[in-house]
Amino acid sequence: MSKFVLIVNFQGGTVDTPMEEWKPDEVQAHLNYYRDLNAELRASGELLETAVLAGPDVAKIVTSNGKGAPVVTDGPFQEFKEWLAGYQIVDVESEARALEIAGLISAVPGPNGIPLEQPIQVRELMESSPRTTAEMADWLETVGGTR
Amino acid sequence: MRRYGDFDAAEDAVQEALLAATTRWPADGVPEQPMAWLVRTASRRLIDQWRSDESRRAREAAVAPSEAAPPTAPEGDDTLLLLFLCCHPSLTPGSAIPLTLRAVGGLTTAEIARAFLVPEPTMAQRISRAKQRIRDSGLGFEMPSDDELADRLRPVLRVLYLIFNEGYASSEGPDLQRAELADEAIRLNRMLLQALPDEPEVLGLLALMLLTDARREARTDASGDLVPLPEQDRSRWDRTRITEGLALIDRATGSGRVGEYRLQAAIAALHDSAPTAEQTDWPQIAGLYRLLEEVTGSPVVTLSRAVAVAMADGPQAGMALLDTVEEPLQGFYRLEAIRAHLLEMAGDTDGAVARFRAAAARTTSLPEQRYLMRQAQRLEAARA
Repeated sequence: MSKFVLIVNFQGGTVDTPMEEWKPDEVQAHLNYYRDLNAELRASGELLETAVLAGPDVAKIVTSNGKGAPVVTDGPFQEFKEWLAGYQIVDVESEARALEIAGLISAVPGPNGIPLEQPIQVRELMESSPRTTAEMADWLETVGGTR
Repeated sequence: MRRYGDFDAAEDAVQEALLAATTRWPADGVPEQPMAWLVRTASRRLIDQWRSDESRRAREAAVAPSEAAPPTAPEGDDTLLLLFLCCHPSLTPGSAIPLTLRAVGGLTTAEIARAFLVPEPTMAQRISRAKQRIRDSGLGFEMPSDDELADRLRPVLRVLYLIFNEGYASSEGPDLQRAELADEAIRLNRMLLQALPDEPEVLGLLALMLLTDARREARTDASGDLVPLPEQDRSRWDRTRITEGLALIDRATGSGRVGEYRLQAAIAALHDSAPTAEQTDWPQIAGLYRLLEEVTGSPVVTLSRAVAVAMADGPQAGMALLDTVEEPLQGFYRLEAIRAHLLEMAGDTDGAVARFRAAAARTTSLPEQRYLMRQAQRLEAARA
C-alpha cells in the first residue's frame, strides 16, 4: 500500500464560469459527486483524510524569530487559481489506483453536468519523515530532482 | 487439565458454528454478521493455544536450549477454513492481509492499524469491507476439494508471504511491530503446515521465510542503515533458522512440480550456505531465477536474475537482461538501482552515480534512499 495526497486548487479546468454563477442543481450535483466518491473511498478503506480549506481571505502568514511574538500578516498574494482548495489523502494498492481516483476527482461535474477536467496534483508520501541529518541530506538532494 | 477443558469447549463452539453455517446459510441466506462470532471464537481459542505453546516452548527451551522447538499449531480444519476464507480470491492483498491478521492471527484492529500506519477506523473499515466481500461472493464455508486446493492455497500463501515481507523488508513504522508481523507470518505458516504437512509449496514458503528471517539481525547496522547481502556479517545469521529451513527444503524435495516459493527458498538456501558473497553459487542461482521467471512471468524476477547472471557471467550479460524489462519496469527504483550496481561492476562510474541518484529519487523509503545515496557518494569520493 502507498499513500498519496490528491490536491485540487481553484483551477477551473475546462470551465471558466465561476461556481457562484452555476445553477443551484449544478452545484448540488457537484457536491453530491464528491460526497458519493468520498463515501465510496471511505467504505473501501482507502480514504485516510479529506478536507476543504477556508478561503484566501482568512489565510495568514506567520513568521517568528523564536524570541518575540510571531509576526502575523495577510497573504500569500498569489493568483486565485493557484490557491489550494482541498485535498484527499488516500492509501492505495498502487500508484495506478491513486491516478484512477485522481481521474475521478478531475471528472467532477460542472455546469450542464459536463466534467470539469480540473488538474489534480498527485503526490506520493514518503513512508516516514527524516529522523537524522543524513536522511535529511539525502532527501533534500533527491527532491532537488533528476528531471 | 483446565487448559484442555477450555480448549475443548472452544473447539466445540467453533465446530458448532461451522456446522450451523454450512447447513443453514445455503438455505436461509447468510446472516448479518456471519464472521463475527466465528472469528471471535476461533481467535480466542487460537490465542489460548498459542499461550500454551509459548509456555511449552519456554519449557522446551529450558530443557534443550540448543534445539529448535517449533511451536505446535492447533490442529483442526477450523483454523485452516478461516485462513482460506480470509485469503479469499476475491480480496485484494490490502484487504486480505488485515483480515487474516485480525481473524486468524488474533491481533487487534488497533495493532494492525499501527503496523500499517493508518488510522484505526480506516483499518476497521477495510476489515469489515473484506468480510462483506466474502459474504457477497456467495462462496461456501466448506473446505476446498482436492481439485480446488491448489487454486485456493495460492492466495493464502501469497497473503502470508506479503505479511512476512511487510514485516521483514520494510524498515518503516515502529520496529517492534514490524518484526512481529514477520513472526506472525512464520507462525501462521507453521499452523498451515501442521494442517497440510505434505504440500510442497507450504514447506517451501516456510523454508523461504526462515532462511530469509535468519538474516534479519545482520540486515541493519548499529545506526539503523541497511546492509546489503554481500556486506552482511554472516556470523550474525541465525543458524537455527537456517538449519530448520534447509530441513524443510529437503522434506519437499521430489514431491510434485516445483513452485515459486520452493524456488525462492532454494535460492535463499544457496545464499545462506555460502561462506562469502564471492563463493556463492551464482550460476545455480541464475538458473533457479530462470525457472522462477517461467513460473511467475514477473519482470521483477528478471531483475534478480540479472544480478545473478552478472555475478556469474559478467556485468554486460546482466545489463542485456535488464534491457528486456526496461519497458514494463520503467520508473521502478529497483531497476535503476540494479543497473547502477551493474554499471559499477562494468567500471562506468559516471553512469552508476547517475543511476544510483535516479533510484534514490524514486523510492519512498528513507532507509532505501539513504543506502542508494551512500552508494552514489562512495563512487563520487573514489573518483575525486
